[in-house]
Amino acid sequence: MLQDKDRIFRNLYGEQDWGLEGARARGLWDNTKDLIALGREKIVEMVKESDLRGRGGAGFPTGLKWSFMPKENDGRPHYLVVNADESEPGSCKDREILRNDPHILLEGCLIAGFAMGANAAYIYVRGEYWQPLERLEAAILEAREAGLLGKNACGSGWDFDVFVTRGAGAYICGEETAMLESLEGKKGQPRLKPPFPAAVGLYGCPTTVNNVETIAVVPTILRRGPAWFAGLGRPKNTGTKIFSLSGHVNTPCNVEEEMGIPLKELIEKHGGGVRGGWDNLLAVVPGGSSVPCLPKAICDDILMDFDSLREAKSGLGTAAVIVMDKSTDIVEAIARFSHFYMHESCGQCTPCREGTGWMFRVMTRMVRGQAELEEIDMLLDVSYQVEGHTICALGDAAAWPIQGLIRHFRPELERRILDYKASKQTAAAAE
Amino acid sequence: MKVTSYRRPSGGDFAFTPENKAKADGYIARYPEGRQASAVLWLLYLAQDQNGGSIAQAQIDYVAGYLDMAPIRVHEVASFFTMINEGAIGRHHIQVCRTTSCWLRGSDEISKACLEEAGIAKLGGTSADGAFTVSEVECLGACANAPMFQVNDREYYEDLTPETARAVIRALRAGEALQPGSQSGRVTSEPPRDGRRTLLADAG
Repeated sequence: MLQDKDRIFRNLYGEQDWGLEGARARGLWDNTKDLIALGREKIVEMVKESDLRGRGGAGFPTGLKWSFMPKENDGRPHYLVVNADESEPGSCKDREILRNDPHILLEGCLIAGFAMGANAAYIYVRGEYWQPLERLEAAILEAREAGLLGKNACGSGWDFDVFVTRGAGAYICGEETAMLESLEGKKGQPRLKPPFPAAVGLYGCPTTVNNVETIAVVPTILRRGPAWFAGLGRPKNTGTKIFSLSGHVNTPCNVEEEMGIPLKELIEKHGGGVRGGWDNLLAVVPGGSSVPCLPKAICDDILMDFDSLREAKSGLGTAAVIVMDKSTDIVEAIARFSHFYMHESCGQCTPCREGTGWMFRVMTRMVRGQAELEEIDMLLDVSYQVEGHTICALGDAAAWPIQGLIRHFRPELERRILDYKASKQTAAAAE
Repeated sequence: MKVTSYRRPSGGDFAFTPENKAKADGYIARYPEGRQASAVLWLLYLAQDQNGGSIAQAQIDYVAGYLDMAPIRVHEVASFFTMINEGAIGRHHIQVCRTTSCWLRGSDEISKACLEEAGIAKLGGTSADGAFTVSEVECLGACANAPMFQVNDREYYEDLTPETARAVIRALRAGEALQPGSQSGRVTSEPPRDGRRTLLADAG
């Protein structure tokens, strides 16, 4: 289990001062100038050595992503965009960083922005996060006043400022190119890639989009050294991670733990165990609504990291662990995800716009068992036709939970269909 | 996908108050020269607040003029985002999170309690006195504090039970507001003191 001395987010729960004074007491904004003096290449190199992978869901190596930015400015400004549009069902970690430790993010922005040659960062906060937004704005004012942001930020010789943009309730704006569209004042519909944002991003300029948690861990990685970070977790799955535990655990919470912690240990040590005991566990969604659920048998010994979960045909996603005990109507639980994706599809690509609605309607019938047995395979087939046939990954995300349900709970779907048929026959016979 | 239909331009004048004008100009200054369209959501929020919680064509036209955008481009944005309201709503918009994490912890009962306490027959409806609208919305990102709801586009009330949900609504009706955040006494999303294994120096 991770020791408190190795925790990066020391005010995760907002029990200390979130402002500048509190941040300084936690060791932030200390020697930032020296970190910047390491130079662009060295910082990117250190992030690469730490094996940090993006915390927003896809798990792309962060240092590698930064290295895609042009080394020289060709006259166009470079931009850092921070994705604080946290909307993945189950995920509530960025909210705590934004409202309880905004300065850790701002310091990360300065360092990351410098490392990619950017003089400005935009933080796109989901519209519903009013309190986090207010705290973040206040923290930016504090930092500017103290000379930590603005011209010659921290006395480093680098001009850098951070600006906040407020979203307005669209999950899709968490997709990086949709976020850029929304930042430009358009509706948030994803762009085709290539060109990738590192070449043509915000206002047509080189841009890197990173998750809040990814940026926020960077100052600590530089201070304590990439070897420290890489020494936690498992190879290629390094460092610490904030896990959000929700659903049927005794004590839902956010907790920063070592990457690769066994799921069972995570739930029992921090979530107070599954309601009714471990044997009462039905299934877990290990990484937010987009990843397939896992039945108890796999949950018994699975490790919580990118590669272990991928091997189990699921994913770490945003490390949002949704626990369901045996009282759960698992079909309804997944049908709620289907409703979510139908609601959040941006409408741009036909397979997703039509497919998410179709899948939700079939899922609604599956909850009651009002379907034919062969429709299970038809649903699976349609989910594969949505997956991979859309501009962005929302189509995939809508398909995966249904695929996970059918993979692990097909007998339950069949039972409901047969029961429904039997009840109709009984009703008909009684007439 | 939010579906709205295009409405014919209607009359009605709208202009920002001097205070909102200053705010709007501050938002526009966050973006590079000539990129003022980037501030469109900020300005729509200002217009919505000033107009009592929703916008109509007059606000869209005004924001478009302010940002030198075609009105249809602003309409496109307004109709895309669910937090920009294009129909009238009650003074207090209770938005109950319905997605799986909240549902697993009883969001159905929270919705029911809210509807009853506010005196509304079904979701999406507004009470006769115009005080409340109760809707269900998708995940609000407070899953470790489920179930929860948001009031207007501001406060989160978390760790609800049907009783505490009713208490929040009663207080709003009385013109008071209960302290937002956890209604079960948590600071944020920390594990309970008893048996806590993380950030122990703060656990008290």
